[in-house]
Amino acid sequence: MTDEPVNARALPPAKVLTGIPGLDNLTYGGLPANRSTLISGSSGSGKTIFAAQFLARGITEFDEPGVFVTFEESPEDIRRNVASFGWDLAAWEGNGKWAFVDASPNPEEEIVEAGEYDLGGVMARIKGAVDRTGARRLVIDSLSAVFSQFQDASVVRNELFRIARSAREMGVTAVLTAERTEEYGPVGRYGVEEFIADNVVVLRNVLEEEQRRRTLELLKFRGTDHQKGEHPFVIEADRGVVVIPLTGIPLEQRSSNVRVSSGNPELDAMCGGGFFRDSVILVSGATGTGKTLTVTHFLAGGAQQGDRGLLFGYEESREQLVRNATGWGVDFERMENDGVLRVHCEYPEARGLQDHLLRIKRMIEQFAPQRVVIDSLSALERVGPPKAFRQMVIDLSSFIKQKSITGLFTNTTPTLVGGTSVTEAHISSLTDSIILLRYVEMFGEMQRGLMVLKMRGSQHDKEIREVTIDSTGMHLGEPFRTVSGILSGNPVHSREELARLEGLFSQE
Amino acid sequence: MDVERYLLKLYVTGQSPRAERAIANLRRLCKEELEGRYEIEIIDVLEHPQLAEDDRILATPTLIKQLPPPLRRVIGDLSNRDKVLLGLDVRPRNELAQGEEKQ
Repeated sequence: MTDEPVNARALPPAKVLTGIPGLDNLTYGGLPANRSTLISGSSGSGKTIFAAQFLARGITEFDEPGVFVTFEESPEDIRRNVASFGWDLAAWEGNGKWAFVDASPNPEEEIVEAGEYDLGGVMARIKGAVDRTGARRLVIDSLSAVFSQFQDASVVRNELFRIARSAREMGVTAVLTAERTEEYGPVGRYGVEEFIADNVVVLRNVLEEEQRRRTLELLKFRGTDHQKGEHPFVIEADRGVVVIPLTGIPLEQRSSNVRVSSGNPELDAMCGGGFFRDSVILVSGATGTGKTLTVTHFLAGGAQQGDRGLLFGYEESREQLVRNATGWGVDFERMENDGVLRVHCEYPEARGLQDHLLRIKRMIEQFAPQRVVIDSLSALERVGPPKAFRQMVIDLSSFIKQKSITGLFTNTTPTLVGGTSVTEAHISSLTDSIILLRYVEMFGEMQRGLMVLKMRGSQHDKEIREVTIDSTGMHLGEPFRTVSGILSGNPVHSREELARLEGLFSQE
Repeated sequence: MDVERYLLKLYVTGQSPRAERAIANLRRLCKEELEGRYEIEIIDVLEHPQLAEDDRILATPTLIKQLPPPLRRVIGDLSNRDKVLLGLDVRPRNELAQGEEKQ
């Protein structure tokens, strides 16, 4: 028997947790250890912040010292630029956790090239700094800037390969950055950057419908499992890069058979015994059909069982929501004082979609509710491009379900009678249940109808029921048995109903 | 006659052929152009990474003209004599001599 690892080559490379929020989920455990990863992006895409964060998190979360080689900005600029994220580089430099290798150009100094050279100087300095600090992480920012400092590109190319190789020998995990000129063009400006590193991550900063949208893509991840595609990220004022994994979470989604009450026994009955706990329900209808009332029942019903509810209002002011609830006999303010409710109202355009998403998630994490309401989702749809909106809904739904929270989203349809909306079409496949609220024109009178269109994993009442609203809230009456075409907005009354109708008139 | 003293620092990596070449080229050039008024310090970056750090050395060999001011840098094995003289701001002697003859 031998102690040597059996067929070590077949083993996937070990990974190093970056500590960058969300990234370690995408990469299934971090960056390949002892390898180099290229972070490529156009100017302003967040490369330097990403790189600095890799080192900063290494220090704060894993007590791993790091070396930052800068070929572009001066150490002083970098210290200043990242101070707002709470990273005190000078302090870390003082206690030997962080070391700069300053290879930034000195504009006052003219360099004459007289014969053959290599980059042995910077190489020796990197080794010296790694030895001195006992660094486990190395950043080189940026490879592209090295080219601009020297005339002989072939020397630079060879030397960068040599530096990447020696990083591996030093046993550090390296993040190398590269500048690119187009968001969907070559990985690096000099065409060689992607070959220097083992792995390639692309940061994008795309203008889509007047909104900046940052994404991160794991373009090449040698021999290790990772998530494909572009994933949105934001640069938060106090945390730096926060990646939002999209497709990963649903895989882990639990589904439970636990039912929770909608707060309205009649609606519970229609749904086959209430909503599922880890599910997302879409309540869709025109203005005034009873969406906010459904929300109010949902929150009040939850509070009665001791469930905490978190309401995000994007259509109406806080005062308006409280007043409405009072009108139906529910006291939101008292619920808030009791700690079972929190109402957060905001103007949808106040921030971008990704910022909204992060705020929602943060508040959910802080308040730890059992029920979450977004009233309305369609108001948020105005804020960003359809693709980003859809991604946001997917992400939020996953997040809510993962936390075993029941989510209720409302959607305001643009037409009063019948009709579907863009939001409905967009997200109906993403939600577990759909409840439609519709105006029904009946004999010259507007009535409201409710229908449970979809209820994933359960039997449900498929009839359209008449809705009446009074001071105690919503009541579901008899089905509109004799009318068809309500959903399309063109109700057709059956013959018997017409006969009864004629009878009514003749009696008068 | 210019009597400024030249203080030159040459950073090299180990004892590579390129380092040897640079040292030989520098010595020859100094002897020919700066006889009696130069001082050379040779520093191996592998042995003294901190000195390389302080002087912000990237390429090796790097020649730094510490004195007289202004500070100048020349990189490479110094095989291109004209470039080295240009970089050090030194006018070659034969050129000076030619200039004097013309006067």
